[in-house]
Amino acid sequence: MKRSQTGVLLGLLCMTIGFLYPGMPLQAADDLAPFTGLKGSLRIAGGTAHIPVMKEAARRIMSFNPDIRISIAGGGSGLGIRQAGEGLIDIGNAGRRPTDTEIAKYNLKLFQWAIDGVGVIVHPDNPVRTLTSAQLQGIFAGRISNWKEVGGVDREIDIYTRDESSGTRKVFWKKALARGTISDRANVVVSNGAMKTTVAGDPFGIGYISIGYMDATVAPVSLDGVAPDLANVRNGSYRVARGLYSLTRGEPAGLARAFVDFLFSPTGQQIVQDKGLIPVR
Amino acid sequence: MGDRMVFREHLFRSAAVICGLLTLAIFCFLCVLGLPLLQDGHLLSLLSSPWAPARGLYGIFPMLLASILLALLSLALGFPVSLGCSLLITALAPRRLRMLLIGMIRLMAGIPTVVYSFAALFLLVPLMRTLIGRGSGLSLLTAAPVLALLIVPTMVIFFVAGFEKVNRAHLLALDALGGSRVQKIIHILLPGARPALINGTLLGFGRAMGDTMVSLMLAGNSTAVPSSLADSARTLPAHIALVMASDFDSMEFTSIFACGLLLYLVTGLLMLLMRLPGRSPDNES
Repeated sequence: MKRSQTGVLLGLLCMTIGFLYPGMPLQAADDLAPFTGLKGSLRIAGGTAHIPVMKEAARRIMSFNPDIRISIAGGGSGLGIRQAGEGLIDIGNAGRRPTDTEIAKYNLKLFQWAIDGVGVIVHPDNPVRTLTSAQLQGIFAGRISNWKEVGGVDREIDIYTRDESSGTRKVFWKKALARGTISDRANVVVSNGAMKTTVAGDPFGIGYISIGYMDATVAPVSLDGVAPDLANVRNGSYRVARGLYSLTRGEPAGLARAFVDFLFSPTGQQIVQDKGLIPVR
Repeated sequence: MGDRMVFREHLFRSAAVICGLLTLAIFCFLCVLGLPLLQDGHLLSLLSSPWAPARGLYGIFPMLLASILLALLSLALGFPVSLGCSLLITALAPRRLRMLLIGMIRLMAGIPTVVYSFAALFLLVPLMRTLIGRGSGLSLLTAAPVLALLIVPTMVIFFVAGFEKVNRAHLLALDALGGSRVQKIIHILLPGARPALINGTLLGFGRAMGDTMVSLMLAGNSTAVPSSLADSARTLPAHIALVMASDFDSMEFTSIFACGLLLYLVTGLLMLLMRLPGRSPDNES
């Protein structure tokens, strides 16, 4: 008696779940079709600006085909390039173009699936919302050390920068700081996520992150009057921009191939847009 | 029967030998890979110059200084607490409380460092920023208490084991003479457990020196020489973690091996130095 009741309840539960489960959009099902019948694990690591898109893509693929395991790690662009080149991971992410030496040495194949900007951020309580290039370079070099010199409160500026491996750092240093020095007093954090959290918690901090990571917890700072947002990166007026790359050693095959193709599919590019980056197709 | 004993003895002996050899092998590995830097008399400049890869300077003096400062500071905070706590557990507290305390200490020993660091990032860092009144709140002073929290369980467990090994007859004799509990601690427990106290402290220092996560997340990682404890600074392990991802062929990467070697030598030397006086007669008891 008890058992049959449980059976009925279970059956009802299954039906309800089946009924409530949203039908997959046709397009998405099409783009995910190459993953049918694939099996195994895919290791991805490197650039941290890529992570939100990677996570969403992986989530969709893994719920479409539970036989596939995708692991995503950070570590920075340098690590992504090196580990992909050494064959330690299947796909390496980089927020900068690998150097020609790196490409030649590891026989890397490049896939640029998004465009991203790198913007300066401060705490939302900080009144400073615009800086000139000269001011920004002065701040990061340590020549300007107090917020009041650029129209803020009378308080020391806390500089945050990224580690050696960061592609975000390379691009920011080249295009926003014009290859100027970064003070050795700068604090160093290890990912875009950590940068956002840290600056969001420090009313006197200044840092820089991928535009895809920006939200209300931090305030973007205009550079020479141009706000770091998608529209300005798209029309070229905000020049601290870069491509987001995924790399494989040699031509990708199997799961890695399917994953890269998925990033370029309409669904993949929609994810790119949803995560605040600029799709390439 | 005898065969099995012999077999076991061989097994354990080879395990010990392998462990020892492994440590030596790591030393050799670091030496060989760090050699290019050490060879051309770079060692001195490595130890004295700042870290500025853009200018071709790969010095690790600021990190070495920060590491030692941080380890000493956390030891200074952690040692009295550990000593007090282990005395409470072995001699002073009522039985119930002792069990509770030692249970909690064991639990603490198992908590991953990243959990402590993460909690401190949200609780301690804003507090330190307000207290210090300048800077980001990421500093040696912020990392030290968290690191102390990390090494206290290790030290307490070691100290408690040491106190429990103190000769029971001496304790009974003191009780018979009508000595107080404080006298028991000062005249019997502390001198009797000296080797354990030294070893536990050493182990704590080693852990503090080698811990990566706490200093990476809380000390700020700036490459400047810290001019005060309230400054942001980078320790050697954090430096290794931060630079490790750079190109294999780069000078930055090579300098990492020198860092590892230095870390190895400093800890090894300290162990040796502090062990030598510990080899006094009371070690035999």
